[in-house]
Amino acid sequence: MALMRITSPHAHGPLTTAAVMRTVLLATLPGLVALTYFFGFGTLVNILWGGVVAVVCEATALRLRKRPLGFYLNDASALVTATLLGIALPPYAPWWLIIVGVAFAILIGKHLYGGMGYNPFNPAMVGYVVLLISFPLEMTTWAAPAGINPTGTPGLLQALQACFTPASIDVTTMATPLDLLKQNQSLLLEDLWVQNPQFGRWAGLGWEWANIGFLAGGIWLLYKRIFTWHAPVAMLVSMTLLAALFYDGGSSASAGSPLFHLLSGATMFGAFFIVTDPVTSAVSNRGRLVYGAAIGVLVFVIRVWGDYPDAIAFSVLIMNFAAPFVDYYTQPVTYGHRKDGDPES
Amino acid sequence: MADVSYRELSLNGLWKNNPAIVQLLGLCPLLAVTGSVVNSVGLGLATTLVLVCSNTAVSLIRNVVSEAVRLPVFVMIIASAVTCIELLMQAFTYELYQILGIFLPLITTNCVILGRADAFASKNPLLPAVYDGFIMGVGFTLILVMLGALRELVGTGALFANMDLLFGPGAAEWKIVLVADYKDFLLAILPPGAFIFTGLIIAAKNLIDAKFKARQDALKEQPVKGAKRVRLTGNIS
Repeated sequence: MALMRITSPHAHGPLTTAAVMRTVLLATLPGLVALTYFFGFGTLVNILWGGVVAVVCEATALRLRKRPLGFYLNDASALVTATLLGIALPPYAPWWLIIVGVAFAILIGKHLYGGMGYNPFNPAMVGYVVLLISFPLEMTTWAAPAGINPTGTPGLLQALQACFTPASIDVTTMATPLDLLKQNQSLLLEDLWVQNPQFGRWAGLGWEWANIGFLAGGIWLLYKRIFTWHAPVAMLVSMTLLAALFYDGGSSASAGSPLFHLLSGATMFGAFFIVTDPVTSAVSNRGRLVYGAAIGVLVFVIRVWGDYPDAIAFSVLIMNFAAPFVDYYTQPVTYGHRKDGDPES
Repeated sequence: MADVSYRELSLNGLWKNNPAIVQLLGLCPLLAVTGSVVNSVGLGLATTLVLVCSNTAVSLIRNVVSEAVRLPVFVMIIASAVTCIELLMQAFTYELYQILGIFLPLITTNCVILGRADAFASKNPLLPAVYDGFIMGVGFTLILVMLGALRELVGTGALFANMDLLFGPGAAEWKIVLVADYKDFLLAILPPGAFIFTGLIIAAKNLIDAKFKARQDALKEQPVKGAKRVRLTGNIS
Protein backbone atom coordinates (compact mmCIF):
# COMPACT_ATOMS: atom_id res chain seq x y z
CA MET A 1 0.00 0.00 0.00
CA ALA A 2 1.45 3.28 -1.00
CA LEU A 3 1.32 5.83 1.77
CA MET A 4 1.30 9.44 0.97
CA ARG A 5 4.42 10.95 2.40
CA ILE A 6 3.88 14.41 3.76
CA THR A 7 6.51 16.16 5.76
CA SER A 8 5.85 18.77 8.36
CA PRO A 9 4.71 21.51 8.69
CA HIS A 10 1.21 20.19 8.18
CA ALA A 11 -0.77 23.29 9.00
CA HIS A 12 -0.31 26.30 6.87
CA GLY A 13 -0.95 29.63 8.52
CA PRO A 14 -2.95 31.91 6.30
CA LEU A 15 -1.14 34.87 7.81
CA THR A 16 1.18 36.75 5.55
CA THR A 17 2.80 40.02 6.51
CA ALA A 18 0.35 41.83 4.28
CA ALA A 19 -2.64 40.13 5.94
CA VAL A 20 -1.34 41.00 9.40
CA MET A 21 -0.79 44.60 8.42
CA ARG A 22 -4.26 44.90 6.92
CA THR A 23 -5.78 43.42 10.07
CA VAL A 24 -3.89 45.91 12.20
CA LEU A 25 -5.08 48.77 10.00
CA LEU A 26 -8.67 47.57 10.37
CA ALA A 27 -8.29 47.25 14.13
CA THR A 28 -7.43 50.93 14.48
CA LEU A 29 -10.89 51.83 13.18
CA PRO A 30 -12.90 51.97 16.45
CA GLY A 31 -10.32 54.19 18.11
CA LEU A 32 -10.07 56.29 14.98
CA VAL A 33 -13.82 56.78 14.88
CA ALA A 34 -13.79 57.95 18.49
CA LEU A 35 -10.87 60.33 17.82
CA THR A 36 -12.64 61.76 14.78
CA TYR A 37 -15.92 62.14 16.62
CA PHE A 38 -14.37 64.07 19.47
CA PHE A 39 -11.51 65.95 17.81
CA GLY A 40 -12.67 66.28 14.22
CA PHE A 41 -11.00 65.17 11.02
CA GLY A 42 -7.48 66.15 12.04
CA THR A 43 -6.28 62.63 12.78
CA LEU A 44 -7.70 61.29 9.52
CA VAL A 45 -5.91 64.00 7.56
CA ASN A 46 -2.71 63.15 9.46
CA ILE A 47 -3.07 59.53 8.41
CA LEU A 48 -3.95 60.20 4.78
CA TRP A 49 -1.15 62.71 4.20
CA GLY A 50 1.24 60.56 6.26
CA GLY A 51 0.30 57.55 4.14
CA VAL A 52 1.15 59.36 0.91
CA VAL A 53 4.51 60.50 2.33
CA ALA A 54 5.20 57.01 3.68
CA VAL A 55 4.61 55.30 0.34
CA VAL A 56 6.83 57.82 -1.46
CA CYS A 57 9.61 57.39 1.14
CA GLU A 58 9.29 53.60 1.11
CA ALA A 59 9.44 53.45 -2.69
CA THR A 60 12.46 55.78 -2.78
CA ALA A 61 14.30 53.77 -0.13
CA LEU A 62 13.49 50.46 -1.84
CA ARG A 63 14.69 51.77 -5.18
CA LEU A 64 17.93 53.06 -3.66
CA ARG A 65 18.47 49.74 -1.91
CA LYS A 66 17.62 47.81 -5.09
CA ARG A 67 14.87 45.81 -3.41
CA PRO A 68 11.71 44.59 -5.19
CA LEU A 69 9.31 47.49 -5.09
CA GLY A 70 5.98 45.70 -5.50
CA PHE A 71 6.70 43.00 -2.95
CA TYR A 72 7.54 45.39 -0.13
CA LEU A 73 4.97 48.04 -0.95
CA ASN A 74 2.22 45.43 -1.02
CA ASP A 75 2.81 44.37 2.56
CA ALA A 76 1.44 47.77 3.65
CA SER A 77 3.94 48.07 6.49
CA ALA A 78 4.73 51.64 5.46
CA LEU A 79 1.04 52.47 5.68
CA VAL A 80 0.87 50.94 9.15
CA THR A 81 3.80 53.07 10.28
CA ALA A 82 2.12 56.17 8.85
CA THR A 83 -1.21 55.28 10.46
CA LEU A 84 0.31 54.69 13.88
CA LEU A 85 2.29 57.92 13.67
CA GLY A 86 -0.74 59.80 12.37
CA ILE A 87 -2.80 58.66 15.34
CA ALA A 88 -0.04 59.59 17.78
CA LEU A 89 0.47 63.08 16.33
CA PRO A 90 -1.79 65.89 17.51
CA PRO A 91 -4.75 66.42 15.17
CA TYR A 92 -4.32 69.36 12.76
CA ALA A 93 -0.56 68.96 12.60
CA PRO A 94 0.96 71.06 9.78
CA TRP A 95 2.02 69.25 6.60
CA TRP A 96 5.78 69.69 7.11
CA LEU A 97 5.60 68.19 10.60
CA ILE A 98 4.07 65.03 9.16
CA ILE A 99 6.63 64.89 6.33
CA VAL A 100 9.55 65.18 8.75
CA GLY A 101 8.11 62.57 11.12
CA VAL A 102 7.13 59.99 8.51
CA ALA A 103 10.31 60.46 6.46
CA PHE A 104 12.45 60.05 9.55
CA ALA A 105 10.49 56.97 10.63
CA ILE A 106 10.68 55.24 7.25
CA LEU A 107 14.10 56.32 5.98
CA ILE A 108 16.20 56.44 9.14
CA GLY A 109 14.14 54.44 11.64
CA LYS A 110 13.47 51.57 9.25
CA HIS A 111 15.52 51.44 6.07
CA LEU A 112 18.90 52.55 7.39
CA TYR A 113 18.71 49.65 9.82
CA GLY A 114 17.98 47.14 7.06
CA GLY A 115 14.28 47.59 6.36
CA MET A 116 11.25 45.53 7.26
CA GLY A 117 12.01 43.15 10.11
CA TYR A 118 15.48 44.47 10.90
CA ASN A 119 14.66 47.71 12.68
CA PRO A 120 15.62 47.64 16.37
CA PHE A 121 13.30 50.56 17.16
CA ASN A 122 9.63 51.02 16.42
CA PRO A 123 9.71 53.35 13.38
CA ALA A 124 6.53 55.22 14.25
CA MET A 125 7.82 55.96 17.74
CA VAL A 126 11.21 57.05 16.39
CA GLY A 127 9.41 59.55 14.17
CA TYR A 128 7.25 60.69 17.07
CA VAL A 129 10.16 61.26 19.44
CA VAL A 130 12.18 63.10 16.79
CA LEU A 131 9.25 65.46 16.33
CA LEU A 132 8.60 65.80 20.05
CA ILE A 133 12.13 66.91 20.90
CA SER A 134 12.52 69.00 17.74
CA PHE A 135 9.19 70.83 17.65
CA PRO A 136 7.87 70.82 21.22
CA LEU A 137 5.36 73.60 20.56
CA GLU A 138 3.62 71.96 17.62
CA MET A 139 3.69 68.56 19.30
CA THR A 140 2.09 69.54 22.58
CA THR A 141 -0.95 71.51 21.42
CA TRP A 142 -4.00 69.27 21.26
CA ALA A 143 -7.38 70.22 19.85
CA ALA A 144 -10.28 70.81 22.21
CA PRO A 145 -12.74 67.89 22.39
CA ALA A 146 -16.26 68.09 20.99
CA GLY A 147 -18.88 69.33 23.43
CA ILE A 148 -16.66 71.89 25.11
CA ASN A 149 -15.01 73.30 22.00
CA PRO A 150 -16.29 76.90 21.76
CA THR A 151 -15.73 77.06 18.00
CA GLY A 152 -17.27 73.66 17.28
CA THR A 153 -15.51 70.57 16.00
CA PRO A 154 -13.60 71.38 12.79
CA GLY A 155 -14.90 69.69 9.67
CA LEU A 156 -12.97 67.98 6.90
CA LEU A 157 -12.32 71.18 4.96
CA GLN A 158 -11.00 72.96 8.02
CA ALA A 159 -8.83 69.96 8.83
CA LEU A 160 -7.28 70.05 5.36
CA GLN A 161 -6.77 73.78 5.68
CA ALA A 162 -5.08 73.37 9.06
CA CYS A 163 -2.75 70.77 7.59
CA PHE A 164 -1.73 72.40 4.32
CA THR A 165 -2.04 76.13 5.05
CA PRO A 166 -1.42 76.21 8.80
CA ALA A 167 -1.24 80.02 8.92
CA SER A 168 -4.75 80.52 7.57
CA ILE A 169 -6.71 78.88 10.36
CA ASP A 170 -6.67 78.61 14.12
CA VAL A 171 -7.87 75.42 15.68
CA THR A 172 -8.98 75.81 19.28
CA THR A 173 -6.61 73.96 21.53
CA MET A 174 -6.89 73.00 25.18
CA ALA A 175 -4.70 71.47 27.81
CA THR A 176 -5.13 67.70 27.91
CA PRO A 177 -6.20 65.94 31.12
CA LEU A 178 -2.66 64.62 31.59
CA ASP A 179 -1.32 68.19 31.33
CA LEU A 180 -3.89 69.47 33.79
CA LEU A 181 -3.21 66.76 36.31
CA LYS A 182 0.52 67.37 36.03
CA GLN A 183 0.13 71.10 36.64
CA ASN A 184 -2.36 70.64 39.45
CA GLN A 185 -0.91 72.06 42.66
CA SER A 186 -3.69 72.58 45.13
CA LEU A 187 -6.97 71.01 44.02
CA LEU A 188 -8.41 67.75 45.22
CA LEU A 189 -8.95 65.45 42.29
CA GLU A 190 -12.70 65.71 42.79
CA ASP A 191 -12.58 69.50 42.43
CA LEU A 192 -10.20 69.27 39.52
CA TRP A 193 -12.70 67.07 37.71
CA VAL A 194 -15.56 69.48 38.47
CA GLN A 195 -13.67 72.60 37.41
CA ASN A 196 -12.24 71.28 34.16
CA PRO A 197 -14.77 69.81 31.72
CA GLN A 198 -11.93 68.18 29.75
CA PHE A 199 -11.77 65.41 32.33
CA GLY A 200 -15.07 63.91 31.19
CA ARG A 201 -16.44 61.05 33.24
CA TRP A 202 -13.33 59.04 34.07
CA ALA A 203 -10.22 60.08 32.25
CA GLY A 204 -10.89 62.84 29.78
CA LEU A 205 -13.68 63.78 27.42
CA GLY A 206 -12.84 62.07 24.17
CA TRP A 207 -9.72 60.35 25.43
CA GLU A 208 -11.65 57.77 27.41
CA TRP A 209 -13.66 56.78 24.35
CA ALA A 210 -10.63 56.76 22.06
CA ASN A 211 -8.89 54.51 24.55
CA ILE A 212 -11.90 52.22 24.78
CA GLY A 213 -11.95 52.12 20.99
CA PHE A 214 -8.31 51.11 20.78
CA LEU A 215 -8.91 48.56 23.55
CA ALA A 216 -11.72 47.03 21.45
CA GLY A 217 -9.50 46.95 18.37
CA GLY A 218 -6.74 45.38 20.43
CA ILE A 219 -9.01 42.68 21.80
CA TRP A 220 -10.12 41.88 18.25
CA LEU A 221 -6.46 41.55 17.20
CA LEU A 222 -5.89 39.27 20.18
CA TYR A 223 -8.86 37.17 19.09
CA LYS A 224 -7.40 37.00 15.57
CA ARG A 225 -4.13 35.87 17.16
CA ILE A 226 -2.06 38.64 15.61
CA PHE A 227 -0.08 38.82 18.84
CA THR A 228 -0.03 37.12 22.23
CA TRP A 229 -1.55 38.69 25.34
CA HIS A 230 1.67 38.82 27.32
CA ALA A 231 3.15 42.22 26.54
CA PRO A 232 -0.01 44.38 26.55
CA VAL A 233 -1.49 42.74 29.64
CA ALA A 234 1.80 42.99 31.51
CA MET A 235 2.03 46.66 30.62
CA LEU A 236 -1.51 47.46 31.72
CA VAL A 237 -1.18 45.44 34.93
CA SER A 238 2.10 47.01 36.00
CA MET A 239 0.69 50.45 35.27
CA THR A 240 -2.49 49.75 37.21
CA LEU A 241 -0.55 48.47 40.20
CA LEU A 242 1.67 51.55 40.32
CA ALA A 243 -1.31 53.86 39.84
CA ALA A 244 -3.19 52.13 42.65
CA LEU A 245 -0.14 52.48 44.88
CA PHE A 246 0.18 56.23 44.31
CA TYR A 247 -3.51 57.13 44.05
CA ASP A 248 -3.89 58.03 47.76
CA GLY A 249 -7.64 58.51 47.42
CA GLY A 250 -7.54 61.70 45.37
CA SER A 251 -5.59 64.35 47.30
CA SER A 252 -4.00 67.28 45.49
CA ALA A 253 -0.74 65.35 45.39
CA SER A 254 -2.43 62.28 43.93
CA ALA A 255 -0.98 60.79 40.78
CA GLY A 256 -4.43 59.96 39.44
CA SER A 257 -6.57 56.86 39.72
CA PRO A 258 -5.72 53.61 37.95
CA LEU A 259 -8.74 54.08 35.70
CA PHE A 260 -7.52 57.56 34.79
CA HIS A 261 -4.14 56.22 33.73
CA LEU A 262 -5.63 53.31 31.82
CA LEU A 263 -7.99 55.49 29.80
CA SER A 264 -6.03 58.67 29.23
CA GLY A 265 -3.29 59.65 26.87
CA ALA A 266 -2.13 56.91 24.55
CA THR A 267 -2.32 54.02 27.03
CA MET A 268 -4.52 51.58 25.11
CA PHE A 269 -3.18 52.62 21.72
CA GLY A 270 0.34 52.03 23.01
CA ALA A 271 -0.50 48.77 24.75
CA PHE A 272 -2.13 47.09 21.76
CA PHE A 273 -0.62 48.77 18.70
CA ILE A 274 2.89 49.83 19.70
CA VAL A 275 4.08 47.49 22.44
CA THR A 276 2.94 44.46 20.43
CA ASP A 277 5.20 45.18 17.44
CA PRO A 278 6.74 41.74 16.79
CA VAL A 279 10.00 43.12 15.38
CA THR A 280 11.08 45.41 18.17
CA SER A 281 9.73 43.65 21.26
CA ALA A 282 11.17 40.77 23.22
CA VAL A 283 10.69 37.37 21.61
CA SER A 284 9.71 34.74 24.16
CA ASN A 285 6.46 34.85 26.15
CA ARG A 286 8.32 35.31 29.41
CA GLY A 287 10.43 38.00 27.79
CA ARG A 288 7.31 39.79 26.60
CA LEU A 289 5.92 39.80 30.13
CA VAL A 290 9.07 41.52 31.37
CA TYR A 291 9.18 43.84 28.37
CA GLY A 292 5.54 44.92 28.71
CA ALA A 293 5.72 45.33 32.49
CA ALA A 294 8.81 47.52 32.22
CA ILE A 295 7.08 49.73 29.68
CA GLY A 296 4.10 50.11 32.02
CA VAL A 297 6.38 51.14 34.88
CA LEU A 298 8.30 53.60 32.70
CA VAL A 299 5.14 55.20 31.32
CA PHE A 300 3.79 55.79 34.81
CA VAL A 301 7.09 57.07 36.17
CA ILE A 302 7.60 59.53 33.31
CA ARG A 303 3.96 60.64 33.39
CA VAL A 304 3.98 61.36 37.10
CA TRP A 305 7.56 62.42 37.87
CA GLY A 306 9.00 63.23 34.46
CA ASP A 307 8.91 66.35 32.32
CA TYR A 308 6.53 65.04 29.67
CA PRO A 309 2.79 64.54 30.17
CA ASP A 310 2.67 61.26 28.26
CA ALA A 311 5.43 58.77 27.78
CA ILE A 312 4.46 55.83 25.60
CA ALA A 313 7.01 56.69 22.90
CA PHE A 314 9.93 57.21 25.26
CA SER A 315 9.15 54.08 27.26
CA VAL A 316 8.77 51.94 24.16
CA LEU A 317 12.06 53.20 22.70
CA ILE A 318 13.92 52.61 25.97
CA MET A 319 12.60 49.05 26.10
CA ASN A 320 13.40 48.55 22.40
CA PHE A 321 17.00 49.18 23.44
CA ALA A 322 16.61 46.67 26.23
CA ALA A 323 14.75 43.97 24.27
CA PRO A 324 17.89 41.96 23.33
CA PHE A 325 18.95 42.12 26.97
CA VAL A 326 15.54 40.86 28.08
CA ASP A 327 15.75 38.11 25.47
CA TYR A 328 19.16 37.06 26.76
CA TYR A 329 17.86 36.44 30.27
CA THR A 330 14.50 34.94 29.32
CA GLN A 331 15.63 32.42 26.77
CA PRO A 332 13.19 29.50 26.91
CA VAL A 333 14.62 26.09 27.75
CA THR A 334 14.83 23.96 24.65
CA TYR A 335 12.83 20.74 24.78
CA GLY A 336 15.08 17.97 26.01
CA HIS A 337 17.51 20.31 27.71
CA ARG A 338 17.87 21.26 31.34
CA LYS A 339 17.72 24.80 32.59
CA ASP A 340 21.48 25.26 32.62
CA GLY A 341 21.58 24.48 28.95
CA ASP A 342 23.29 21.07 29.18
CA PRO A 343 21.60 18.20 27.41
CA GLU A 344 19.95 15.79 29.86
CA SER A 345 22.04 12.74 30.43
CA MET B 1 59.89 55.62 7.01
CA ALA B 2 62.91 57.37 5.67
CA ASP B 3 61.47 58.60 2.41
CA VAL B 4 58.09 60.15 3.10
CA SER B 5 56.00 61.13 0.15
CA TYR B 6 54.10 64.35 0.77
CA ARG B 7 51.51 63.27 -1.76
CA GLU B 8 50.84 60.16 0.27
CA LEU B 9 50.67 62.23 3.47
CA SER B 10 48.13 64.60 1.94
CA LEU B 11 45.99 61.79 0.60
CA ASN B 12 46.05 60.11 4.00
CA GLY B 13 45.14 63.20 5.96
CA LEU B 14 42.41 64.41 3.68
CA TRP B 15 40.80 61.19 2.57
CA LYS B 16 42.22 57.69 3.03
CA ASN B 17 43.02 58.02 6.72
CA ASN B 18 40.96 61.07 7.61
CA PRO B 19 41.09 61.47 11.39
CA ALA B 20 37.40 62.23 11.76
CA ILE B 21 35.62 59.81 9.45
CA VAL B 22 38.10 56.95 9.05
CA GLN B 23 40.09 56.82 12.26
CA LEU B 24 37.02 58.12 14.12
CA LEU B 25 39.28 59.99 16.52
CA GLY B 26 38.34 63.14 18.36
CA LEU B 27 34.64 62.31 18.22
CA CYS B 28 33.90 64.22 21.43
CA PRO B 29 34.46 67.72 19.99
CA LEU B 30 33.21 66.50 16.63
CA LEU B 31 29.84 65.65 18.13
CA ALA B 32 29.63 68.38 20.71
CA VAL B 33 30.49 71.69 19.07
CA THR B 34 29.64 71.28 15.40
CA GLY B 35 26.25 72.92 15.78
CA SER B 36 27.20 75.75 13.44
CA VAL B 37 29.86 76.62 10.89
CA VAL B 38 31.53 79.23 13.07
CA ASN B 39 31.99 76.83 15.98
CA SER B 40 33.38 74.19 13.63
CA VAL B 41 35.85 76.55 11.99
CA GLY B 42 36.98 77.86 15.36
CA LEU B 43 37.55 74.45 16.86
CA GLY B 44 39.05 73.11 13.64
CA LEU B 45 41.59 75.92 13.42
CA ALA B 46 42.48 75.54 17.09
CA THR B 47 42.96 71.79 16.68
CA THR B 48 45.08 72.26 13.57
CA LEU B 49 47.32 74.77 15.32
CA VAL B 50 47.76 72.44 18.28
CA LEU B 51 48.50 69.54 15.94
CA VAL B 52 51.21 71.47 14.13
CA CYS B 53 52.80 72.74 17.35
CA SER B 54 52.75 69.38 19.09
CA ASN B 55 54.03 67.49 16.05
CA THR B 56 56.87 69.99 15.73
CA ALA B 57 57.90 69.67 19.36
CA VAL B 58 57.51 65.91 19.47
CA SER B 59 59.52 65.45 16.29
CA LEU B 60 62.32 67.66 17.63
CA ILE B 61 62.73 65.72 20.86
CA ARG B 62 62.00 62.28 19.40
CA ASN B 63 65.56 61.01 19.93
CA VAL B 64 65.86 62.34 23.47
CA VAL B 65 62.71 60.94 25.10
CA SER B 66 62.86 57.32 26.16
CA GLU B 67 60.16 54.89 25.12
CA ALA B 68 58.90 54.42 28.68
CA VAL B 69 57.97 58.03 29.44
CA ARG B 70 57.00 59.16 25.98
CA LEU B 71 53.25 59.38 26.53
CA PRO B 72 53.35 61.69 29.57
CA VAL B 73 55.90 63.86 27.80
CA PHE B 74 53.70 64.09 24.69
CA VAL B 75 50.66 64.97 26.76
CA MET B 76 52.62 67.71 28.54
CA ILE B 77 53.66 69.15 25.20
CA ILE B 78 50.12 69.01 23.86
CA ALA B 79 48.71 70.58 27.00
CA SER B 80 51.16 73.46 26.75
CA ALA B 81 50.22 74.04 23.12
CA VAL B 82 46.52 73.94 23.99
CA THR B 83 47.02 76.44 26.81
CA CYS B 84 48.73 78.82 24.39
CA ILE B 85 45.90 78.52 21.86
CA GLU B 86 43.33 78.96 24.58
CA LEU B 87 44.97 82.17 25.81
CA LEU B 88 45.21 83.44 22.24
CA MET B 89 41.53 82.79 21.62
CA GLN B 90 40.66 84.39 24.91
CA ALA B 91 42.53 87.48 23.75
CA PHE B 92 41.30 87.74 20.18
CA THR B 93 37.98 85.86 19.83
CA TYR B 94 36.51 86.08 23.30
CA GLU B 95 32.87 85.30 22.38
CA LEU B 96 33.85 82.20 20.46
CA TYR B 97 36.10 81.22 23.34
CA GLN B 98 33.06 81.36 25.59
CA ILE B 99 30.88 79.35 23.19
CA LEU B 100 33.45 76.59 22.76
CA GLY B 101 33.89 76.54 26.53
CA ILE B 102 35.25 73.31 27.95
CA PHE B 103 35.94 71.89 24.50
CA LEU B 104 38.99 74.11 24.03
CA PRO B 105 40.97 72.75 27.00
CA LEU B 106 39.62 69.32 26.05
CA ILE B 107 41.62 69.47 22.80
CA THR B 108 44.41 68.15 25.03
CA THR B 109 42.62 64.85 25.29
CA ASN B 110 41.70 64.75 21.60
CA CYS B 111 43.00 61.41 20.39
CA VAL B 112 43.88 62.77 16.98
CA ILE B 113 46.69 64.82 18.46
CA LEU B 114 48.21 62.20 20.72
CA GLY B 115 47.69 59.64 17.99
CA ARG B 116 49.64 61.65 15.41
CA ALA B 117 52.33 62.51 17.95
CA ASP B 118 52.89 58.89 18.85
CA ALA B 119 52.28 57.23 15.50
CA PHE B 120 53.98 59.70 13.21
CA ALA B 121 55.86 62.63 14.73
CA SER B 122 57.88 60.53 17.17
CA LYS B 123 59.28 58.46 14.29
CA ASN B 124 59.80 61.07 11.58
CA PRO B 125 62.00 64.10 10.95
CA LEU B 126 60.76 67.61 11.47
CA LEU B 127 59.38 68.60 8.08
CA PRO B 128 57.23 65.58 7.37
CA ALA B 129 55.95 65.71 10.96
CA VAL B 130 54.92 69.35 10.64
CA TYR B 131 53.27 68.66 7.31
CA ASP B 132 51.47 65.62 8.70
CA GLY B 133 50.14 67.66 11.63
CA PHE B 134 48.97 70.37 9.26
CA ILE B 135 47.24 68.09 6.77
CA MET B 136 45.61 65.95 9.46
CA GLY B 137 44.32 69.14 11.04
CA VAL B 138 42.96 70.30 7.71
CA GLY B 139 41.26 66.95 7.15
CA PHE B 140 39.70 67.14 10.61
CA THR B 141 38.64 70.75 10.07
CA LEU B 142 37.05 69.97 6.71
CA ILE B 143 34.85 67.31 8.25
CA LEU B 144 34.02 69.56 11.20
CA VAL B 145 32.97 72.36 8.85
CA MET B 146 30.97 70.02 6.63
CA LEU B 147 29.17 68.67 9.68
CA GLY B 148 28.66 72.15 11.09
CA ALA B 149 27.24 73.40 7.79
CA LEU B 150 24.86 70.45 7.48
CA ARG B 151 23.64 70.80 11.04
CA GLU B 152 23.27 74.54 10.82
CA LEU B 153 21.42 74.28 7.53
CA VAL B 154 19.01 71.58 8.66
CA GLY B 155 18.71 72.94 12.16
CA THR B 156 18.13 76.62 11.49
CA GLY B 157 17.65 76.98 7.73
CA ALA B 158 20.58 79.39 7.50
CA LEU B 159 24.34 79.24 6.96
CA PHE B 160 27.35 81.16 8.28
CA ALA B 161 25.53 82.82 11.14
CA ASN B 162 27.67 84.72 13.69
CA MET B 163 30.81 84.47 11.62
CA ASP B 164 31.85 87.83 13.10
CA LEU B 165 32.83 85.97 16.26
CA LEU B 166 35.82 84.62 14.39
CA PHE B 167 36.50 86.95 11.48
CA GLY B 168 35.73 90.36 12.92
CA PRO B 169 32.71 92.63 12.61
CA GLY B 170 32.83 92.67 8.80
CA ALA B 171 31.79 89.03 8.73
CA ALA B 172 28.47 89.71 10.41
CA GLU B 173 26.93 90.12 6.97
CA TRP B 174 27.96 86.65 5.83
CA LYS B 175 24.85 84.97 7.14
CA ILE B 176 22.78 83.42 4.36
CA VAL B 177 19.16 82.67 5.18
CA LEU B 178 18.18 79.90 2.79
CA VAL B 179 14.68 79.29 4.05
CA ALA B 180 12.75 82.18 5.52
CA ASP B 181 10.31 81.35 8.33
CA TYR B 182 12.13 78.15 9.10
CA LYS B 183 11.02 76.28 12.20
CA ASP B 184 14.17 75.33 14.03
CA PHE B 185 14.73 71.59 13.69
CA LEU B 186 16.19 71.08 17.15
CA LEU B 187 17.23 67.49 16.57
CA ALA B 188 19.91 68.53 14.08
CA ILE B 189 21.41 70.97 16.55
CA LEU B 190 21.20 68.60 19.52
CA PRO B 191 23.80 65.80 19.85
CA PRO B 192 21.66 63.15 18.05
CA GLY B 193 21.93 65.28 14.91
CA ALA B 194 25.72 65.12 15.15
CA PHE B 195 25.62 61.32 15.37
CA ILE B 196 23.20 60.99 12.47
CA PHE B 197 25.06 63.37 10.17
CA THR B 198 28.46 61.87 11.04
CA GLY B 199 27.04 58.49 10.13
CA LEU B 200 25.71 59.81 6.84
CA ILE B 201 29.05 61.43 5.97
CA ILE B 202 30.90 58.18 6.71
CA ALA B 203 28.37 56.30 4.59
CA ALA B 204 28.88 58.76 1.74
CA LYS B 205 32.65 58.31 1.94
CA ASN B 206 32.32 54.53 1.88
CA LEU B 207 29.98 54.76 -1.08
CA ILE B 208 32.45 56.89 -3.04
CA ASP B 209 35.28 54.49 -2.13
CA ALA B 210 33.24 51.49 -3.27
CA LYS B 211 32.33 53.18 -6.56
CA PHE B 212 35.97 54.13 -7.14
CA LYS B 213 37.16 50.61 -6.38
CA ALA B 214 34.57 49.08 -8.67
CA ARG B 215 35.74 51.33 -11.49
CA GLN B 216 39.39 50.40 -10.87
CA ASP B 217 38.55 46.71 -10.85
CA ALA B 218 36.59 47.06 -14.06
CA LEU B 219 39.59 48.73 -15.69
CA LYS B 220 41.90 45.97 -14.51
CA GLU B 221 39.74 43.18 -15.85
CA GLN B 222 39.63 44.49 -19.38
CA PRO B 223 41.33 41.99 -21.67
CA VAL B 224 44.61 43.09 -23.12
CA LYS B 225 44.28 44.02 -26.73
CA GLY B 226 45.62 41.50 -29.16
CA ALA B 227 45.71 38.64 -26.68
CA LYS B 228 44.85 35.33 -28.23
CA ARG B 229 42.68 32.63 -26.83
CA VAL B 230 44.60 29.64 -25.58
CA ARG B 231 43.71 26.46 -27.39
CA LEU B 232 42.97 23.70 -24.99
CA THR B 233 42.76 20.77 -27.33
CA GLY B 234 44.63 19.65 -30.32
CA ASN B 235 48.22 20.26 -31.23
CA ILE B 236 49.76 23.59 -30.79
CA SER B 237 52.10 24.09 -33.62
